[in-house]
Amino acid sequence: MIKHEIFERRTLILILGIIVTIAIGGLVEIVPLFTIGETIEKVDGVRPYSPLELAGRNIYVREGCYTCHSQQVRPFRDEVERYGHYSLAAESIYDHPFQWGSKRTGPDLARVGGKYSNDWHVAHLIDPRQVVPESIMPGYPHLARTTIDPSNIADHLRTLRIVGVPYDDAMVENAAADMVAQATPDADLSGIESRYPKAATGDLDGNPAEITEMDALVAYLQLLGRMVDFTTYRPEYTQTSATGGQ
Amino acid sequence: MTTAVAASHPAYNERVIRLFVIATVFWGVAAFLVGVYIALELAFPVLNLDLPWTTFGRLRPLHTSAAIFAFGGNALLGTSLYVVQRTCRVGLFGGNGLAEFVFWGYQFFIVLAATGYLLGITESKEYAEPEWYVDLWLTLVWVVYLIVYAGTLMTRRESHIYVANWFYLAFIVTVAVLHLGNNISIPVSFLGTKSYALFSGVQDAMLQWWYGHNAVGFFLTAGFLGIMYYFVPKQVNRPIYSYRLSIIHFWSLIFLYIWAGPHHLHYTALPDWAQTLGMTFSIMLWMPSWGGMINGLMTLSGAWDKLRTDPVLRFLVVAIGFYGMATFEGPVMSIRSVNSLSHYTDWTIGHVHSGALGWNALVTFGAVYYLVPKLWKRERLYSVRLVNWHFWIATIGIVLYITSMWISGIMQGLMWRAYDQFGFLQYSFVETVAAMHPYYLIRASGGVLFLLGALIMAYNVWRTIRGDVRQEAGLPAAAATAKA
Repeated sequence: MIKHEIFERRTLILILGIIVTIAIGGLVEIVPLFTIGETIEKVDGVRPYSPLELAGRNIYVREGCYTCHSQQVRPFRDEVERYGHYSLAAESIYDHPFQWGSKRTGPDLARVGGKYSNDWHVAHLIDPRQVVPESIMPGYPHLARTTIDPSNIADHLRTLRIVGVPYDDAMVENAAADMVAQATPDADLSGIESRYPKAATGDLDGNPAEITEMDALVAYLQLLGRMVDFTTYRPEYTQTSATGGQ
Repeated sequence: MTTAVAASHPAYNERVIRLFVIATVFWGVAAFLVGVYIALELAFPVLNLDLPWTTFGRLRPLHTSAAIFAFGGNALLGTSLYVVQRTCRVGLFGGNGLAEFVFWGYQFFIVLAATGYLLGITESKEYAEPEWYVDLWLTLVWVVYLIVYAGTLMTRRESHIYVANWFYLAFIVTVAVLHLGNNISIPVSFLGTKSYALFSGVQDAMLQWWYGHNAVGFFLTAGFLGIMYYFVPKQVNRPIYSYRLSIIHFWSLIFLYIWAGPHHLHYTALPDWAQTLGMTFSIMLWMPSWGGMINGLMTLSGAWDKLRTDPVLRFLVVAIGFYGMATFEGPVMSIRSVNSLSHYTDWTIGHVHSGALGWNALVTFGAVYYLVPKLWKRERLYSVRLVNWHFWIATIGIVLYITSMWISGIMQGLMWRAYDQFGFLQYSFVETVAAMHPYYLIRASGGVLFLLGALIMAYNVWRTIRGDVRQEAGLPAAAATAKA
């Protein structure tokens, strides 16, 4: 209590004291995440979202899906059995913002990609209780009716390049064309497949005539959790000791 | 008793405080109404209406922002600008002009954010949903608020800065730092609403929960402790229990709180060292929290009998009780093994509401009931009995809310990890959803009661402002305490 009086008499010193006091914890917890190399695992397969997937992710963000769905599988027996391999930091490095979520009113979606057919997703998003009677999810029938304009998607890729997503010039130049091709049946997919491996392609929403928000959201959901091949993935700490094994 | 003092008051800026009080009541009712609606959506999904603007995903941020930033924010801005004048014995720095810019600027922020959510304009970072242009506007309003507040402190006519102002100041300064740190994003175009966050993945997660938990720590705790440190001593007419404890409470609380964020990310891809730090500091946080609770409660030493006759004081004191309960439950839930069960479940929702309804809302109601007769120069509230009704209806509502969420949360956590005799997961996910239904009904009924209580308050406040006084007998114990 020696000289607490100085904080009680000098407004600026009180403000300074507050800033110093609150800075310590934040700095200690945040700064090392940018400097410690092991924070993010080195894995193969993680790539930027294709233009259509990005549009789908933006719909996921717009609709606040995170209020009920997490995207983060914890390393517990039950979660790994229910959802799949626990989530790696590397899997969300291109997620601006992250969407790990904090609540599971509905199931985790980190590994939902490839678990259901495109048709199932479309039917479920239009009327969830048609396919899961006990579901309490809202219906999103308007997604199938709303078309997407590919003309400004290149701007989105350019913006993401500023924040560090490695979209190359070819990706930006072909953004609009890639977006259309990914959701068009019988399109030339060679560009998509080389730039965005594992992308779900074709008539995703059951409406070949138009590219809709439903196409985009299904493309995003079908990619979730599939970028890293967990049949070959080994955590770094198991790699250092012997050679591979099972 | 206060009239003689009032005559010698410096010219306080009270019109802006009256505006803040009205806004607090208005946004409170709005926030509770949306809360009840989305609680019912979880019980009856048809209420989502299959329209883009009315889904749970869009209304939930509307509810949380309305409760925290509109209701809580107006309460904090209003009470802080009231308290800083009274405890510095000087009018607001910058006068009515700057202060009313803060008021209208803040309401504009709320409307911008809320309409954005309904239209799907959101960053979808929890409790930091507003898009870049709303964030910029809030930054401007907040800087002016800091100037008004700190300027008033600097021009004060008291030798010392009263303890409530330390807490308010920590709230204003820290929220500014958090807001700037967590909302750095690059707009896609300057005429568009969409932006992309600067950070991604694990770093974005850490920054978000550094922000998110300290929105709790500094918005909903430090700021509201400012309310406690002024209004409890005023209402009970005693000095704060221990000045020394106030000092320890203040510095340890703001130092420890800032570390607690990673407990929202247990068992995620956030590195273990950060999770462990978050858990450790969360548990330590129990001590200053309870130190503050003791300081508030013990202020009633020798005056506990007033609880029987003064329902306004009852709001303040029960709020401190809920504060103690929520700040005990929080550290427990931050322990990783407990968190492995509680996380992602309704237990978290129940915990948040024992703090938000039990602590933040009740202490705000107490402050509103204290302020309205003073600000509108009324002899007393229209009806003290209605305050009593409000108190009991709201308290029963809270109890229904948090107990149902405890049960549903723990039940859901246990069902997720249950195995049958053959070693398979026992329940599909949707079975655990279906099992929640009765508890969602109980929670919604608790919310309805809480909303009803707030409507009673709105009515009482309105009649008081009109100058009406209800002829009514005092509360039963009044006769027994001759001293009053």
